[in-house]
Amino acid sequence: MKRSYIGRLIAIVLLAAGAVWTVLPNNPGIHIGSYDRDVRVVRGLDLQGGLRVLLEVDLPQEVTVEADQMETVKGIIEKRVNALGVTEPIVQVAGSRRVLVELPGIGDPSQAVEAIQETGLLEFVELTRADLAALGTDGLLQTDFGQELTAPSSQASATPTAIEGTQTVSPASSAPPSATTVPADNTDSAPTQQATAGNAATGMPAATAAEAGVTTAVAPSATAEPLPTPTPKVLHTVMTGAEIESVVAARDQAGVAYEVAFTLKPNGAQVFGDYTSTHVGEILGIVLDKRLISAPVINDAITEGQGRITGRFTYEEANTLAVQLRYGSLPLPLKVVESKTVGPTLGQDSLRKSTIAGVIGLAVIALFMALYYRLPGILADLALLLYATLTFALFKLLPVTLTLPGIAGFVLSIGVAVDANVLIFERMKEELRAGKNLRVAIDLGFSRAWPSIRDSNLSTLITCAILFWFGNTFGASIVKGFSLTLALGVLVSLFTAITVTRTFLHLVLDSIRLDEHPRLFGV
Amino acid sequence: MLEIVSKRYWFFGLSLLVIVPGLIGLAMWGLPLAIDFTGGSLLEVHFESGVAPQPAEVVSLYNEFGVGDALVQSAGTSDIAVRSKPIDEATKNRLVEAMQTRFESQVSVLRFELVGPSVGAEVAKRAAGAVGLAALGILLYITYAFRGVTHAVRYGVAAIIAMIHDVAVVIGVEAILGHFLGWEVDALFLTALLTVIGFSVHDTIVVFDRIRENQTIYRRLDFETLVNHSIVQTLDRSINTQLTVMFTLLALLLFGGVTTRHFVTVLLVGVFSGTYSSIFNAAPILIVWEKREWRTWFRGEPIEVAP
Repeated sequence: MKRSYIGRLIAIVLLAAGAVWTVLPNNPGIHIGSYDRDVRVVRGLDLQGGLRVLLEVDLPQEVTVEADQMETVKGIIEKRVNALGVTEPIVQVAGSRRVLVELPGIGDPSQAVEAIQETGLLEFVELTRADLAALGTDGLLQTDFGQELTAPSSQASATPTAIEGTQTVSPASSAPPSATTVPADNTDSAPTQQATAGNAATGMPAATAAEAGVTTAVAPSATAEPLPTPTPKVLHTVMTGAEIESVVAARDQAGVAYEVAFTLKPNGAQVFGDYTSTHVGEILGIVLDKRLISAPVINDAITEGQGRITGRFTYEEANTLAVQLRYGSLPLPLKVVESKTVGPTLGQDSLRKSTIAGVIGLAVIALFMALYYRLPGILADLALLLYATLTFALFKLLPVTLTLPGIAGFVLSIGVAVDANVLIFERMKEELRAGKNLRVAIDLGFSRAWPSIRDSNLSTLITCAILFWFGNTFGASIVKGFSLTLALGVLVSLFTAITVTRTFLHLVLDSIRLDEHPRLFGV
Repeated sequence: MLEIVSKRYWFFGLSLLVIVPGLIGLAMWGLPLAIDFTGGSLLEVHFESGVAPQPAEVVSLYNEFGVGDALVQSAGTSDIAVRSKPIDEATKNRLVEAMQTRFESQVSVLRFELVGPSVGAEVAKRAAGAVGLAALGILLYITYAFRGVTHAVRYGVAAIIAMIHDVAVVIGVEAILGHFLGWEVDALFLTALLTVIGFSVHDTIVVFDRIRENQTIYRRLDFETLVNHSIVQTLDRSINTQLTVMFTLLALLLFGGVTTRHFVTVLLVGVFSGTYSSIFNAAPILIVWEKREWRTWFRGEPIEVAP
């Protein structure tokens, strides 16, 4: 028995050491081999300032929204948000029709909201091979259709997401073109990759691809501010996406790959017909938000208002392009239904004050326990200290986003953590008064108090679970943070108040003869 | 031994003494709902000059921008919070600019919130759902945990009644404080309320657990004496736990800053009520039920209480 408690003590000490290491303010993080992980406190918006926006699908309630459409929207917004250079953005689908975006520590909330809401502008531009070669890796270019961009319509916003191999555009009736396909690789969002490519100033992949025949590589993410490229040429806009009647992804005539078939409105068909007739063999730039998303070669004049973009697409590629042509890049229109901005000073102040309050609360409890329960009280205080350290370490490791109510939940859980010890010690005293021997009284205290500890804490956990669900479904991260910290606190407190305190008590009993000193137990 | 159970109607009366004025306040003034539930905008700004303008001036500025229902609250001398109809980012920026020129001071935005009306209504609905669901979950759990005891469901119902008691106390106090201190019911209040529910049940279960245990030990004992005995046995624990939670909450209240003050006060009231109701309401309700005392409530007959 004695040995087993020493074993437990060692385990507890190791755990405590690990927790203390994690809690250290200058924790270097965990870097073992390929495993890379920073260990630090993730502070919520209310503590460090920032922006929180809840976007909703702007369609009538009757229109059903598919879950994968929401995922696409989320992915696109994520890319847009990443481009803003925010350290830990949160983008998540909340419920069936909403997306929650949190941007901690953002300097200019107005600009961020604009970037997220930005309406996509689809343009067909005149593009020479030289233009294509000169194009930066980010695919950004300038067109003469600039003025109207500042007045966004209610149309869905857009960001280029995907890109191209070599593509051609031809009338719906003509034979499939025999263009070669040069696939570009960066359809995945990989900001680092993008940065590297951008730094390699000379050998731009886009240029290579263009020389090889056609097309371009375009970076995945949207940027709010265009890169300072050397005096970009302003390209002529032939027409905008408003002239598109319909777009579908379909199997090509050979039946081996997919293509994108489009139909134009009468006006557009006229303009497009005129342009393609005089530019056969040249490149048509399809530009979304001033970023090239596709650069097919014009095979033939498209005069009937019906055309196809081919390029040995897979279904996904064809569909992505079709969706971009149809909606900009967001498959669904969005509107802001809720937004919150917290200035940085308010949060700093709250954090400091809450921390002070937490320390004071902890100190008062520790004092109370030591005075009222004597020796077991002091041991419980040790366990309480371990509890606070362990919980905080978990916050950093998981990580749990710390919000103001989250801290309140944590501070509150300190009170709850003590409750288990209070229950046990009161029980122990009763058994001692009933004349039981000390060791028996300790064990009885634990075993008899257990059912009430179990049931009361389980009911708290049930409430936490419901709160968490409540917070999660409608994007109330405040409520979610609170329930998560409280639940974690309850679980950790069960461990420290029961296992740890018990181990301490037995070890102290083993080393000192306390049976003659019941006063140490406050009896 | 301390007689608690025999004085149960006094304690029920004491509860009513707190709840009834609160509910009257609620009926008279209603609960001032924050934009979380009604929809709207909240703009909290800091004037670097150290002097915030008069509320009326800010309201007229809002009116010039065509933003109705502006309500200005001062927070300290240099900060104000303005509630209004929903405004978007652009309008907010223009408002802040206008404030800078009109009131001749640099203005920094501490907080800006916009909640669409549909979202607000939905939050309120979901909240009611969450409370109902929590109550149901707890009722089921208690019935399960006390399955070995006769009339297990009574324990669940008694715990729920005690919980409703605490909710009524908190809402009543909130209605009165809200009226006099300008506090609003927001998402944080809701969180506090749900926590109080959790605590209320937590406390009640500790007392009930003792009754459950004593029932197997003292099989011959009359139920009323047994319940009283159980309450007294757990009294030390109830008070001590109550104290420790109060310590932390008081620390948060005194040193935790303005942002959480409302939240902590609600918790403080609720946690106190939770302990009170577990001792003086929940357990006595078991006896009322056991003896079917409601049969004598309206007949003017004296209520029999055990010596």
